[in-house]
Amino acid sequence: MRALALVVVLAAAACGPATNGGSESAGDVGAGSPAGLPAHAPARFGFGQEASEARVAMWDIDVRPDGVGLPAGQGTVEEGRQVYQTFCVECHGATGTEGPNDRLVGRDEWGETGPQVRTVGSYWQYSTTLYDFIRRSMPQLTPGLLTADQTYAVIAYILHLNEIVPEDAVMNAETLPAVMMPSRDRFVLDDRQGGPGPVR
Amino acid sequence: MSKGDRAKISRRAWITTASGVVAAGLVRTQADAVELPAQQAPLPSTPRAPGRFPSALGERAPAEQPRRTFREALSSASFTPHQDLMGIVTPADLHFERHHGGVPDIVSEDHELLVHGMVDRPMTFRMADLMRYPQVSRVQFLECSGNGGGVYNADRMPTTMSVQQMDGLLSTSEWTGVPVSTILREAGVRRGASWVLAEGGDSPLMSRSIPLAKMMDDALLAYGQNGERMRPGQGYPLRLFLPGWEGNTSVKWLRRIEITDQPTFVRDEISHYTDPLADGTARQFSFLMDAKSIITFPTYPYALPDRGWWEIKGLAWSGRGRIARVEVSTDGGSSWMDAQLQGPVLPKCTTRFRHLFEWSGNETIILSRATDETGYVQPTIQQLWEARGPRTAYHQNHQRAWKIASTGEVTFGLGDLI
Repeated sequence: MRALALVVVLAAAACGPATNGGSESAGDVGAGSPAGLPAHAPARFGFGQEASEARVAMWDIDVRPDGVGLPAGQGTVEEGRQVYQTFCVECHGATGTEGPNDRLVGRDEWGETGPQVRTVGSYWQYSTTLYDFIRRSMPQLTPGLLTADQTYAVIAYILHLNEIVPEDAVMNAETLPAVMMPSRDRFVLDDRQGGPGPVR
Repeated sequence: MSKGDRAKISRRAWITTASGVVAAGLVRTQADAVELPAQQAPLPSTPRAPGRFPSALGERAPAEQPRRTFREALSSASFTPHQDLMGIVTPADLHFERHHGGVPDIVSEDHELLVHGMVDRPMTFRMADLMRYPQVSRVQFLECSGNGGGVYNADRMPTTMSVQQMDGLLSTSEWTGVPVSTILREAGVRRGASWVLAEGGDSPLMSRSIPLAKMMDDALLAYGQNGERMRPGQGYPLRLFLPGWEGNTSVKWLRRIEITDQPTFVRDEISHYTDPLADGTARQFSFLMDAKSIITFPTYPYALPDRGWWEIKGLAWSGRGRIARVEVSTDGGSSWMDAQLQGPVLPKCTTRFRHLFEWSGNETIILSRATDETGYVQPTIQQLWEARGPRTAYHQNHQRAWKIASTGEVTFGLGDLI
């Protein structure tokens, strides 16, 4: 979590100059607050509606690296092979390497310039993002179609094709966040700072 | 005008067109055109033919039809034709688009924004709610972080590249909406919150994690563009607009904001929009668009028809604030002169620059470089490669160069400067 805290600090620092030259000078006249609200604006306007837990749950689909957001269900590599052949093979190829869309499988070396292709095995930082992304965006023409069991299964299959989990792996809300991705520790914070210093 | 006169005009127009002396369109309003010799401007005619009635919607002159270039695909982009434009504001229908799953057809009255997570009151807002809040407008640029990347690297140096193909993923609009901070005040952000997940309502529910500090600083829930409701390709009815940050973070068709205490690490921030560096690491959450300038004229495929006075024109911008200076070189980078900055010079907005140039007719290379108010100077491609390695694709803000051949033909590239 230390790295995350640093991200926040850096992001806030990056916003510093923006505040000085930002909203106020960008055209707001008589700005009484960063949002340009006048001094007599109410603390709350009362527009909009309070959202029930059920309403939030309808759309709250994201999954975090610690597994928060993962639903119940599970799937095996073998079940995932069937899901893949039905829903994924047309765009990602027989072994996840043929395309025509993004190549999913491969452990390309990073070398001096990063891997030539950003596959799940060579590049993706967190295993949980597979669940988040597949539920959110896949299959491309019918996103949201897969059940939780199908999603866990196809994740198990893709991770196995990338030689990250064994043939007998079972993916669920407990096992998926525990999968260590090969490129987990390759990511660094943005150190560009503006100003006359060295080019970054 | 009698029927006889009309018949005469009509006959003359036909004769003129058939003889090929003057364009038929001109003849329709110039009854005497048939008398004019070729290549000579028509004289004002008396009487003049009446013009058209007003109309509900204006249109461009038939001869002025700038177009975006694009590739037909679900995850694709269209490019702004900078070579055809003036000033700093991009016409809304020529603003670049980048979408990851096509343009959805959303009915404004049905659209809802859900705000939840680390807030006192989870809330939904209809467009009518959002448009009732105090409204702000700001002229600001939007640039895709992939602008200029992928088409130009150490191995591949195309020369027949237009400024539209190279840097068309940049546009500027007057954006109108309600500050995110106003809406978050309404929901009440809880102590400890530090990040936000912004999610679109397009087919792939395109999402990005954004630091809360940016959302509270100058982020906008935008629904207007250049004086009207924004177009579907720009995120109608609602988009997030993050001034100065890479375009994909300005999530379009915005339907959900979740307040969190950590990034969500969605696909587009653990894979796609990251920058591999030379040391085997990859830069993540590289949101800010650093200072950059581009020459928009003269550029490929234009050819200067003769030597003499020409004005080099272009755009400069910085995600960190205002442009402080733009320099132009007309001798391949040996010497630099300050270009004129055309006001207004706004923060996180394109600034038009101009430089009057007397072309001798000899082959030369022209370049521009921007300096922003933080003192950051637009780097050379060599400086970027030294800092990041030779194959970073995003945030390629290096100085662009154009070669003018002795024939006047302009081509892209640094040529011998590499």
